[in-house]
Amino acid sequence: MKSRKTTAWIALCASTLLAGPALAESHGMALSGDLRIISDMSNPAPRAVMEGMVADFGEMHPDLNIELTIVDREAWKTQIRNALGANPPDVVNWYAANRMLPYVNAGLFADVSDLWEEPAFEALASTKGAMTINDAQWGVPYTYYQWGIYYRKDIFDELGLSEPTTWEEEKANCQAILDSGRKCYTIGTKFLWTAGGWFDYINSRTNGYDFHMQLARGEIPWTDDRVRQTFANWRELIDMGAFIDDHQTYSWQEALPFMVNGEAASYLMGNFAVAAMRDGGLTDDQLDFYQFPKIAEVDYAEDAPTDTFHIASGAQNMDAAKEFLRFVVSTENQTKINAGDALGQLPVNANAEIGDDKFLQQGFDMLSNNASGGIMQFFDRDFPAEMASFGMEGLQEFMVFPDNLDDILARLEDARQRIYK
Amino acid sequence: MSHATVPDTHPPAQRGWYKRNEIAVTPLLFLAPAILFFAVYVIIPIAQSFWISLHEWDGLGEATWVGTANYERLLGIGDQNMDRKFETSFWNNIKWLVLYLLAIPAGLFIALFLNQTVRGIRIYKSLFFFPFVISQVVVGLVFSWFYLPREGLLNALIGLFGFGPVNILGDPSMATYGIIAAGLWPQTAYCMILYLTGLNAVDPEQVEAARLDGAKGWRMLWYVILPQLRPATFIAFVVTIIGALRSFDLISVMTNGGPFGSTRVLSFYMFEESLSEFGFRMGYGAAIAVILFILMLGFIAYFLWSMYQDEKGGR
Repeated sequence: MKSRKTTAWIALCASTLLAGPALAESHGMALSGDLRIISDMSNPAPRAVMEGMVADFGEMHPDLNIELTIVDREAWKTQIRNALGANPPDVVNWYAANRMLPYVNAGLFADVSDLWEEPAFEALASTKGAMTINDAQWGVPYTYYQWGIYYRKDIFDELGLSEPTTWEEEKANCQAILDSGRKCYTIGTKFLWTAGGWFDYINSRTNGYDFHMQLARGEIPWTDDRVRQTFANWRELIDMGAFIDDHQTYSWQEALPFMVNGEAASYLMGNFAVAAMRDGGLTDDQLDFYQFPKIAEVDYAEDAPTDTFHIASGAQNMDAAKEFLRFVVSTENQTKINAGDALGQLPVNANAEIGDDKFLQQGFDMLSNNASGGIMQFFDRDFPAEMASFGMEGLQEFMVFPDNLDDILARLEDARQRIYK
Repeated sequence: MSHATVPDTHPPAQRGWYKRNEIAVTPLLFLAPAILFFAVYVIIPIAQSFWISLHEWDGLGEATWVGTANYERLLGIGDQNMDRKFETSFWNNIKWLVLYLLAIPAGLFIALFLNQTVRGIRIYKSLFFFPFVISQVVVGLVFSWFYLPREGLLNALIGLFGFGPVNILGDPSMATYGIIAAGLWPQTAYCMILYLTGLNAVDPEQVEAARLDGAKGWRMLWYVILPQLRPATFIAFVVTIIGALRSFDLISVMTNGGPFGSTRVLSFYMFEESLSEFGFRMGYGAAIAVILFILMLGFIAYFLWSMYQDEKGGR
């Protein structure tokens, strides 16, 4: 995987947005026939967005008969294999980075590098790396979202704390929160991946983005001293009792009430958690966001998982499929679908407008100006599937029984030597 | 009738092939659909599983022949350690097998208790049968709420007696037992129904005779009732063993195999390796399936053998 030091692009493109000519959107082509789309945007808000996109696209191309199937998001993770196998649809949803590797290797995703060479796609430079395998691009992104620490501003104010920027401040804050009878962080690790977020951040802050990606590619043994340093930093928090008890029993949603009830002060999560926290009754005055603090002197790297559209290599209507992908990433559509009342996430097109929401604004600012280390796709998308499942299980065990670390690392190293051949 | 004037000089027409072989062919014809479906849905997939287990395959591309490498990794043959996940899963399966059998005596005693004629007994019976009617997923959910570390009813109950809170499903040493306890709830109901029907068939004359001979209580149960319940016991034993080996939905709902994989059983591990989000190692999953199959085959062979013995004895 290529390094993705491309975030400067966003700033560059954004500044030239108004000055430059409007990007050519090739709506002129007359499309006909059928376009079959299978989408995994099954949650209520994304579903409305997907249906809206199809309606808009259908209006532009009245002769095109669009057939949209929406599949449950979790079920799609396993169904995509069958769907792409026999009689594949034209366009499908999936995820960036390593997650698309099996389908690229099996030749099930179509190479769309030609789209990426079009001038309109320059506005997508920040996510190009995540869509690139073997020097070719295999799909287009449609949304992404930042990760970071969401915290109860009212609790911080009550204790006189401010947003920490260094590991020392983070720990000092946490101690103050603990002294007030609360927990610092809520987390639910029943489904494992939430622990991956903590590892991504502590490891990339301790050893840097490049080290983290080398570890993901299996180039560094898990028993390496630098990896141990990551766990040692993490352990400082665990030994303080910073995390809520019994987190191995909760899903991430079940861990939310701790934050909503004020029993825990913060949550390392993706931006999608904001909607759930607001539903839980937290107002924007009570809720705020800060970037994961610095640990060692390395550039900030950020988790910003990207969701994508791909064309199946067996697509029947390649022209319409490519046109749909162009439409998805177009400036207007990106502004529309990522707005606060739609997906409420970050647009992938640098020329698109960010939704009027303080978390989106902060997240965009952070990813544009303060993530010079690189953009991570998240533990379970950067690491190969089998390593990710071994790894996340080990991370959960470490969070409950930190003394088992040697055994965990030996196990992960064993797995690494077998998996990356 | 009226035209029988010309004698028939032709020899009798040759009967068709089917007519001649009717006796031999008809049973086969009737069996054919069943044999076909059994072959397509059971026999051939078993053979395919064996075949896949000798390959490395991600379900998409070409399968690579690896011989017995999957089995060697599972069982730790050669210079590698036994797969720890497999080891945990295997011992959890054994725990399930042994503890799940508790459903049989429990079901028997509830059945004996309910086998009386009082007002409204049918309501009581259906209440006891209720857990078997609801889906395993619901049972799993109900029990995981019951076990919740803070709000759960269990902790409220033991709190009354002054014991500290426990997080059964979060503790790797207790989680499996917690799930088995949840599984026993519907399984006991199932065994109870089997025994209730069995008790209907108990010969009252034998009970009467035993009573005259002075048998009661445990001796009556052991020497008079239980022998007559043998068919029910056999069926209860079969469904319980099979149920224990198939345990999957409860684990998936209650712990998802966790914490850190301590509640996996073979069927869950097989699913994880081959079909879950991070799976698609079809060859390895198939190898686990084959081992599970061999385990089950041991029990099934025993059941078939003992049924065969019964049939022979009955003749």
